Amino acid sequence: MLILDCPYCGIRADETELAPGGEAHLTRVGPEGSDAAFESYLFDRKNPKGVHFERWRHAAGCGKWFHAARNTVTLEVYGTYPAQVTEPPKALLAAISKKVPGWEGWQ
Amino acid sequence: MSARVEGYGRLIDRSKRVSFSFNGKRLRGYAGDTLASALLGAGQVMLGRSFKYHRPRGLVASGAEEPNALVGLGEGGRFEPDQRATTTELFDGLAAISQNHWPSLAFDVGEVNNYLARFLPAGFYYKTFMAPRGAWAKIFEPFVRQSAGLGRVPMEPDADAYEYLYAHYDVVVVGGGVAGLQAARAAAATGVSVLVMEDAAHWGGRAPVDGGEIDGMAPGDWVKAALDALEAADNVTLRLRMQGTGVYDHGYHLGYERVADHSPGDGRPRHRLWRIRAGRIVTATGALERPLAFSGNDVPGVMLASAMRDYLVNWGVAAGRRIVVVTNNDDAYRTALAMKAAGRVVAAVLDAREVVTSPLAQAARDAGIAVMEGRAIAEVRGRARVKSVLVTTQAGAGKAGEEIRCDAVAMSGGWSPVVHLWSHCGGKLTWDEAAAMFRPDPDRAPTGADGAPFVLTAGAASGALALDACLADAHAAGKAAGKGAGGKASRKAGPKAVCEAEAPIAPVWIMPEGAGPEKRMKMWLDFQNDVKVSDVQLAAREGYESVEHTKRYTTLGMATDQGKLSNINGLAVLSQALQQEIPATGTTTFRPPYTPISMGAIAGEARGELFQPLRRTPLHDWHDAHGADWEPVGHWRRPYTYLRAGESREQAVQREVVNTRENVGMLDASTLGKIVVKGPDAGRFLDMMYTNMMSTLPVGKCRYGLMCSENGFLIDDGVVARLDDDTWLCHTTTGGADRIHAHMEEWLQTEWWDWKVYTANLTEQYAQIGVVGPKARQVLEALGGMDVSKEALPFMHWAEGELGGLPVRVFRISFSGELSYEIAVPASRGQALWDALMEAGKPHGVMPYGTEALHVLRAEKGFIMIGDETDGTVIPQDLGLTWAISKKKDDYIGKRAQARPHMADPERWKLVGLETTDGSVIPDGAYIVAEGVNANGQRNMQGRVTSSYHSPTLKRGIAMGLVLHGPDRMGEEVTIPRIDGSEIKARIVETCFYDKEGAKQDV
Repeated sequence: MLILDCPYCGIRADETELAPGGEAHLTRVGPEGSDAAFESYLFDRKNPKGVHFERWRHAAGCGKWFHAARNTVTLEVYGTYPAQVTEPPKALLAAISKKVPGWEGWQ
Repeated sequence: MSARVEGYGRLIDRSKRVSFSFNGKRLRGYAGDTLASALLGAGQVMLGRSFKYHRPRGLVASGAEEPNALVGLGEGGRFEPDQRATTTELFDGLAAISQNHWPSLAFDVGEVNNYLARFLPAGFYYKTFMAPRGAWAKIFEPFVRQSAGLGRVPMEPDADAYEYLYAHYDVVVVGGGVAGLQAARAAAATGVSVLVMEDAAHWGGRAPVDGGEIDGMAPGDWVKAALDALEAADNVTLRLRMQGTGVYDHGYHLGYERVADHSPGDGRPRHRLWRIRAGRIVTATGALERPLAFSGNDVPGVMLASAMRDYLVNWGVAAGRRIVVVTNNDDAYRTALAMKAAGRVVAAVLDAREVVTSPLAQAARDAGIAVMEGRAIAEVRGRARVKSVLVTTQAGAGKAGEEIRCDAVAMSGGWSPVVHLWSHCGGKLTWDEAAAMFRPDPDRAPTGADGAPFVLTAGAASGALALDACLADAHAAGKAAGKGAGGKASRKAGPKAVCEAEAPIAPVWIMPEGAGPEKRMKMWLDFQNDVKVSDVQLAAREGYESVEHTKRYTTLGMATDQGKLSNINGLAVLSQALQQEIPATGTTTFRPPYTPISMGAIAGEARGELFQPLRRTPLHDWHDAHGADWEPVGHWRRPYTYLRAGESREQAVQREVVNTRENVGMLDASTLGKIVVKGPDAGRFLDMMYTNMMSTLPVGKCRYGLMCSENGFLIDDGVVARLDDDTWLCHTTTGGADRIHAHMEEWLQTEWWDWKVYTANLTEQYAQIGVVGPKARQVLEALGGMDVSKEALPFMHWAEGELGGLPVRVFRISFSGELSYEIAVPASRGQALWDALMEAGKPHGVMPYGTEALHVLRAEKGFIMIGDETDGTVIPQDLGLTWAISKKKDDYIGKRAQARPHMADPERWKLVGLETTDGSVIPDGAYIVAEGVNANGQRNMQGRVTSSYHSPTLKRGIAMGLVLHGPDRMGEEVTIPRIDGSEIKARIVETCFYDKEGAKQDV
């Protein structure tokens, strides 16, 4: 039962208000993509033990999609940020690197 | 013989007698009793029979860890099986029955299993009953069914009400013993809000029973003072009869309050489930005493030393007249001393340790109790009751020596901190060699959203068993929790406690240590599931090395008590058998709930009409008043058909279909999803959402559209109308409105967030009524207002105007193949429009029709239905809907997936019509079989039926199905087996059975 701060409406949202959307920052592969690239886009997920970037929707709230950076082992939440980006904010990445020595980075 | 003892019983009120029944026998106890103490006080030692061998069983414990004393409680709508007598408060009129026996508790046929025990070892159900093959159904299964199962299932609906409560606290303290109360005081002193919950009906925990001194006071007096202080603080909430049931991510905590179990039917909810968010959780859950594994340790009368002390001090009940204490630690001496002081005979203390010189042992000797060092119990004699014990040396193989007559045995194998709540959310344990216990490792605590530990342990739950260490630990935990939850630092010192110094424990896992197989077969580890030392050792011999596997193979710790008494002993025995250290074996996983909680509490208010919110269309009440036979569709209720007097459902559906084809029918289509998509980029967006080209749809026209997932599968369909230059109205399926709106928003927000598009789900803002049939136009014209002629409003067009004085939007779309108008009005005017249409339709024979008639009408036309023809594995190309897939578009959601090799495979089953040769109806969901059998001996398949109805129009069975190479096999006959083994022949035909040219809908 996680708590995540919705970056749009500012509410500390309980997990029951949220809908999960899987791994964040996937790049859509369209009709031009190869079979391998498309398959990877559809099915290949990092599923890391540790720092993870996820998509969530404040479904029973403002309805907005957002991203969360979270540790799947310690459950620490490093931050949430709007979905309208293609990569995590630099400041957030720096903060995670500081907290998690030896972290390989989000890509 | 167990009996009441004058001058004891700090929790009972001897002036208030309470009457109750056990197996129909009327018995009496006192206010403040538990069912267990009242039964023991009334001389009832044997309380039930064990699960597997049906051995007689009595009380082992005095609290939530009790494995044996499970009873059926209450009657009728309040009957509940498997309730622990030890945690059931006594009340006037309580009715309890014992379990697991037939025909009676004293004489039980199932006890034969006890003598068959040799043939029912661990995992016997994996090994036996294999042959002969036929014997399973006729002999083994009935036997196993008769003897398996715990308690009886309640047969009546629950008579009680339950509720949820949502709460937020800075600090939640679980446990109201001295550690919990001190932790709460320390936390409250930092200024934060604190909730303290205690599972039992009284505060103080074990300390008032165990003795010692806190701040110069007896523990009982200190508890009173501490409670007074907590009650006076306005930042503290205190709750009795409330269990800390589970700890979850980010400080989520479930509390289970048994509000009215002790006063059933008093009008209050029976249980309340607290859903709490806590900044910090302090578990002051104490420790549980471990049994010792000696032969016959399950005979009624053998109980935990601490439990025997509890029954005496708390409830004034002596478990026996002449007792033997067997131990490997100092704490059990407190029981010996207490029983002796209460005038009972303590025949001996058998201490497994070779030399015992501690103050408690000395006090026992001084009191004239025989302390026998290095001794063990070789065997307990007695069947339904302890008669004697045979003494041996702990170091040997168990050669029986002296026989000591006794009627009760107090055993103590040491203490295990209650680490459940600590472990629920990932807290790790460490093995404390000196104390022979797993205790929480504070360096590996569960962490919260901020990365900081959010569960702290206090007192015995940390492993601090001695009173002084316990209070110091609890004070520190409370202070740290308060500070961690945002409180101010407090410099207040904790209380000073004094207690006897104790000598170290000597771990004893098997007693005596060299016991042979005959003895090990009688040493119980898990009392409730009848798992013995020999079972765990057998599992180890058979190669079970993981404690989790051994648990499942032997069922150790899998009973309703979840191994509270047995787990540590079991894994220690496993470690010995595997010749490894205990930490190398580790523990099984601790999962919520701490003890079983009621299904009622989990359901809360969500039962009956409140189980799920019901969505009603504006016409719901009309349908209800006119014979609607309801069908759930999503959260909606829709009329399946409208029953007339004397009609079957089938007859009603046929009547509605025929009338719609011949005259005119009316359908409440209000549940259809209505999503408005608007903005400069709306057309471009819809071109991505739909397989069709929606951007080119002219204003005033409608187009049928398909929506796929990125996987290529068909997820929804419906008619899209273009309202103006930058506005489209998208109809979705009834169940799909919310899902499809969310699907659109997901792509808009996360992929094309720079596109200027708004969406709004207006499903509930409009009532929508289908007027369908050859006389539909006459009905609308009778209402008057707008031109609904073919010229003014052609097929697949829409128009706004007035009908009968109501503002309407009329769509010329058809899901039946007939002349059809779908009329939308603001929801508040829905009933007025329906009434007006009904009135105007009377001369034309109008009838309402339900969802089943709708299905038959669409199937006669070969129109697909999402959920019938699709199931999440079907793409539009499978359904012959390539005409609805734009070839001009570069991209749409699902396009790339539909080009994957498997999706483009010509071997995919394709949609066709099926016409039975004898006119009968094919069973829904039937398979179309091919020649031969597969590797499993099952018939090969070449297709399946997706929709099947009796068509009143064609007067025969019609169906659609997905068939291998179907569209290329027109006219071919295929075979469809029924469940009873008979077969139906059907011909492959086109999907459309009726008006193939579509002339009737376009008039």
